[in-house]
Amino acid sequence: MKIAFTTSGNTLDAPMDGRFGRAAGFVIYDTDNDTFEAVDNRQSVNTAQGAGIQATEAIVRHGANCLVTGHCGPNAFRALSAAGVRIYTTSAATVAEALEAFSAGALATMKSADVEGHWS
Amino acid sequence: MIIAVASGKGGTGKTTVSVNLARTIGSGVQLLDCDVEEPNAHLFLPGREKGSDIVTIPIPLVDESLCDACGECGRFCRYHAIVSFGSSPLVFPELCHGCGGCALVCPRGAIREQGKRIGVVETREADGITLVQGRIDIGVAMAPPLVRAVKETLNKDTTAILDAPPGTSCPVIATLRGSDFVVLVTEPTPFGLHDLRLAVDMVRELAIPFGVVVNRMGVGDDRVHRFCREQEIPVLLELPDDRRIAEAYSRGELVVDALPEYASHFATLLWNIREFRSAGGK
Repeated sequence: MKIAFTTSGNTLDAPMDGRFGRAAGFVIYDTDNDTFEAVDNRQSVNTAQGAGIQATEAIVRHGANCLVTGHCGPNAFRALSAAGVRIYTTSAATVAEALEAFSAGALATMKSADVEGHWS
Repeated sequence: MIIAVASGKGGTGKTTVSVNLARTIGSGVQLLDCDVEEPNAHLFLPGREKGSDIVTIPIPLVDESLCDACGECGRFCRYHAIVSFGSSPLVFPELCHGCGGCALVCPRGAIREQGKRIGVVETREADGITLVQGRIDIGVAMAPPLVRAVKETLNKDTTAILDAPPGTSCPVIATLRGSDFVVLVTEPTPFGLHDLRLAVDMVRELAIPFGVVVNRMGVGDDRVHRFCREQEIPVLLELPDDRRIAEAYSRGELVVDALPEYASHFATLLWNIREFRSAGGK
C-alpha cells in the first residue's frame, strides 16, 4: 500500500503541509517495503485552477491509494473519491509523526470536503 | 469607432465618463456595459427594456456507454475541468471554459456539449442611446464569455462605448480587445497612479491607442500628471472635484444634464479621442 503525505519538504522529517492541491510536494510511503519517494507538486501550485484535481492525478500516477493531509476541498474530494483514494486528516507536525499516527490506526477517514472550493 | 473606458482602480469614474460621453454623442450611439459583475450604467440611463437573452457556455456531457476511459479528454483539458481515473471521466462544470476541445479529441465520440447558463444580456433604449449590458449569474466565475456575448451586439456602423470592469484581468482584456481607442480614467492620488501604471502596461501590451482622463482634479497631488508627461500619454480631460458632480451622481443624473456647463468638457473629450486616435495615440 502506498500512502501520500502532503509536505513542504522531501524527507520523513519534513513538516506536513495542511493543504492538498497546492502543497509543495508529497512524500509517498510504500508500506510493503518501508521505502518512500518525494514527488514535486510545483505544477499544481502554479496552476490557475483545478490544483486539487491535478494533484490527485499526480499521486495516483505514483500509485498512491491513501492520502494523509490537513484539509481537502470539494473538487479534490470528488476526484480522490473517483480515483479510489482513501483520505485521512491529521494535524501532525511532520511526515514521520503522521505516518506513526496512520500506522497506529489513529487517523480518521474523511467522508466529505472540509473546506470551501478556492476557485471562486 | 469603438471606444473602451477602463481603469486599473475601481471607483475612478468609468461609468460617469461612459454615460456622459454616450449622451454627448447622442442618438444612434451604442453603450455596452461590460462590467458584467456589477452593471450600473442603466441607473443613469433608465430608458425602457427591449429584450433579454440568456447566455450559456458549452460544457461536456459524457455518454458512459460509449466511453472506454482512455483519458484523452483529461490530458487535453488545461483547466482540469474533465478528468478520468480509469473510468468514465468526471466533469467539473464551474472550471470549464467551454472550448469544446474534450469533445474534439475523444476518439469514441462519447462527449457532446450542453449549454450551462452563465448570465443574461439585456438591451435598453434611452433617448436614442442603445444600452446593452451583461449580467452574470451569482456564483459564476467565468465573466469573459459573457463579455464577448455583450460585444456580439456591436454595430460596426455606429460609435460604440464600452464601459469596462476595473482592473487588468481577463474580463477587462475581453472588453478591450478589438477596440479602436482606450480611455483610462484615474484620479490624482498615489492609489490612482499605482493602478494607472498597471492599466497603461496592459493597454500597451494590447497595442491600442489610449489617453487618460483625470477625475476629481484638486484632490491629491500632481504625480499622475508628471507620469503622463514623462510617458508622453495624452491627458484627454480633467474633471474637477466639484461637489455638484457628486450630488448629481448620487441622484443617478448625468453630469451633462444636471450641470450643462460641463457639456463642453465631454465635447472636448470626444474631440480629443478622435484627434489622438487618428494620430495613433501613444
